[in-house]
Amino acid sequence: MTDVLTPVLSDTWDAERSWTLETYLAHGGYEGLRAALAQDPADLVQAVKDSGLRGRGGAGFPTGMKWGFLPAPDGGPRYLVVNADESEPGTCKDIPLMLASPQHLIEGVAITSYAIGCHHAFIYVRGEVLHVYRRLLAAVQEAYDAGYLGTDVQGSGFDLEVTVHAGAGAYICGEETALLDSLEGKRGQPRLKPPFPAVAGLYARPTVVNNVESIASVPGIVAKGAEWFASMGTEKSQGHGLFSLSGHVTRPGQYEAPLGITLRELLDLAGGVREGHELKFWTPGGSSTPLFTAEHLDVPLDYESVGAAGSMLGTRALQIFDETTCVVRAVSRWTDFYAHESCGKCTPCREGTYWLKQVLHRIEAGEGTAPDIDLLLDLCDNILGRAFCALGDGATSPITSSIQYFRDEFEAHLDGRGCPFDPARSTLFDDTPQAPPALAGAGGHR
Amino acid sequence: MTAEPVGARSRTGYDAETLAALTADAEQITARYPDPRSGLLPMLHLVQSVDGYVSRDGILFCAERLEMTAAEVSAVATFYTQYKRHPNGTYTVGVCTNTLCAVMGGDTIFDRLSEHLDVGHDETTPDGSITLERVECNAACDYAPVMMVNWEFFDNQTPQSATEIADRLRAGEEVVPTRGASSVCSFKQTSRILAGFPDGRADEGTGAGGPTLEGLRIARERGWTAPEPDGADAAGEPATEVPPETGTAQSSAERKPTTAQDEKPGMPDASEPGKRTEGSDD
Repeated sequence: MTDVLTPVLSDTWDAERSWTLETYLAHGGYEGLRAALAQDPADLVQAVKDSGLRGRGGAGFPTGMKWGFLPAPDGGPRYLVVNADESEPGTCKDIPLMLASPQHLIEGVAITSYAIGCHHAFIYVRGEVLHVYRRLLAAVQEAYDAGYLGTDVQGSGFDLEVTVHAGAGAYICGEETALLDSLEGKRGQPRLKPPFPAVAGLYARPTVVNNVESIASVPGIVAKGAEWFASMGTEKSQGHGLFSLSGHVTRPGQYEAPLGITLRELLDLAGGVREGHELKFWTPGGSSTPLFTAEHLDVPLDYESVGAAGSMLGTRALQIFDETTCVVRAVSRWTDFYAHESCGKCTPCREGTYWLKQVLHRIEAGEGTAPDIDLLLDLCDNILGRAFCALGDGATSPITSSIQYFRDEFEAHLDGRGCPFDPARSTLFDDTPQAPPALAGAGGHR
Repeated sequence: MTAEPVGARSRTGYDAETLAALTADAEQITARYPDPRSGLLPMLHLVQSVDGYVSRDGILFCAERLEMTAAEVSAVATFYTQYKRHPNGTYTVGVCTNTLCAVMGGDTIFDRLSEHLDVGHDETTPDGSITLERVECNAACDYAPVMMVNWEFFDNQTPQSATEIADRLRAGEEVVPTRGASSVCSFKQTSRILAGFPDGRADEGTGAGGPTLEGLRIARERGWTAPEPDGADAAGEPATEVPPETGTAQSSAERKPTTAQDEKPGMPDASEPGKRTEGSDD
């Protein structure tokens, strides 16, 4: 029987100077790379396939299968690009991982590069996390100095260069092809697929793009075995994952557990919803995944079960909101975000998110009328599946799911009534409302 | 005029010394990439480290180094929110007002700061010390409400703590992030680091804050660990390549198949003979 929590990536985070190579080595670091360099690269790809590891960046595509899609070597370069552009609202796992233990990622980069025949890997980290960038630069330097990167890695004859690249503020760059365009020095806009990055990625060369947590999970799989990894989790969702609890919960934070744990179990560990309040709605995997409510407390948080219950596991970003939170305000603010971050390349997303924002603002301000709710659904229907990338799809998730579960709350805002909630009650600090009750809720406008 | 070699005569207004330093740094940046154009984002951070924003000179400089037009450089610079189009304050104070932080108090904090500093979003105080911003989710939701000062974390803020920090920044006092270096550096210094020139401060500050360690703390308390490789119970069968339930944030995996290879990855595509394809985003 596997334990409720299974610290693997987080296991060294409480160590003294956890971010240094010295600490990482003292905890068995780089054993995976040593084992990998003694193996045939194809066997490593097979091992990752056998482990059942699926992309931890949201989509859950099998990591080993992704590696396996690279065409046969043609003598030209092949690239690994790590997606460290963590920006999905609610998602806060890769940033603390890289702050606390960047060597986990660097070792994963080295193993993965060896497995796919890459000699120059890139880590694309969002630019808004200065100290994480410092730590990554230092970690890469330490790894070079110790011979884990550079020419003839550990005497194996394998050469690997790693460049840590800072972005400059754009959510869309988390989409893998937008990330590649951004890394090429362009505006970060998604590319038409196919061709997929495996065929024509960075500089139109075969490229693997993987999330930080996916790559950081590779050393453990190589050092301890695919079966070890697969012994955690459920039948189709194997392994460990970071579950990030935030919001109206007593002890928010990172909980590393086998896939398939439930929110009820996690809330139990986290001391429950904040005292005196009850769960109203939550996201299973970031703002782009349809909302859940208290009726979903026992849904196993694995890809299949969450999907069957009408949402997506996404990034396991569990944002908890209690009964003081106005769902219209929450959704309206997420919609502001999508409208702001829409790259403008495709019309359904660019125009659709703009109009969704306008309609939600007027509903929130009490200026909406009954047909506005169906108008929102109609707009969503015209975006979902018609946008160039998943940003547009994601923008519709909170809206359609919140109307599904809380239609009456939308209706309560209509025809001059405005928001019935006092936003001061949702805050974590004692604060007298800054606006008289009649204006409460107006803070949602930009 | 444009046929002159770059560096022989620059259209930028930089003096010779500044231009020489920028050029040396730009060469280091482009050397990191197989294609020099990949250096554009760090190079824009670099010009911000000199000018405090992406100036006309900065755009011309990047254009000259990368043999692009100024319009092409501007098109990139205006896409990203960290590139400032006006001189930035010494400190960017960013309050997260995305949903979770906003609900937990970010809206109140932003409003209070805005009132206190008498500036709105993307505006700079007259003394040039602070540029106030609403920022989007900064991946620290377990520390909500979050404020960033020059992209260092200030966790678990209140209106009082935020205004106090702003006052100290304006007074020129040293301010210490919750998780970051042992003091906040200036916007220009921050930009230089983001251009890929480290300041040697990676070892300062903490590895993890309380919430980061919450799960680990409980696991330690209760003796929970990941299974041992040998003692692992054999329930875990090696995964077969089952078609995954893909399609979520930042994935295009849910699109309908349009070619044969969409349904059978690896099969030859009639439209692109000899090409192979793959399945999905990560």
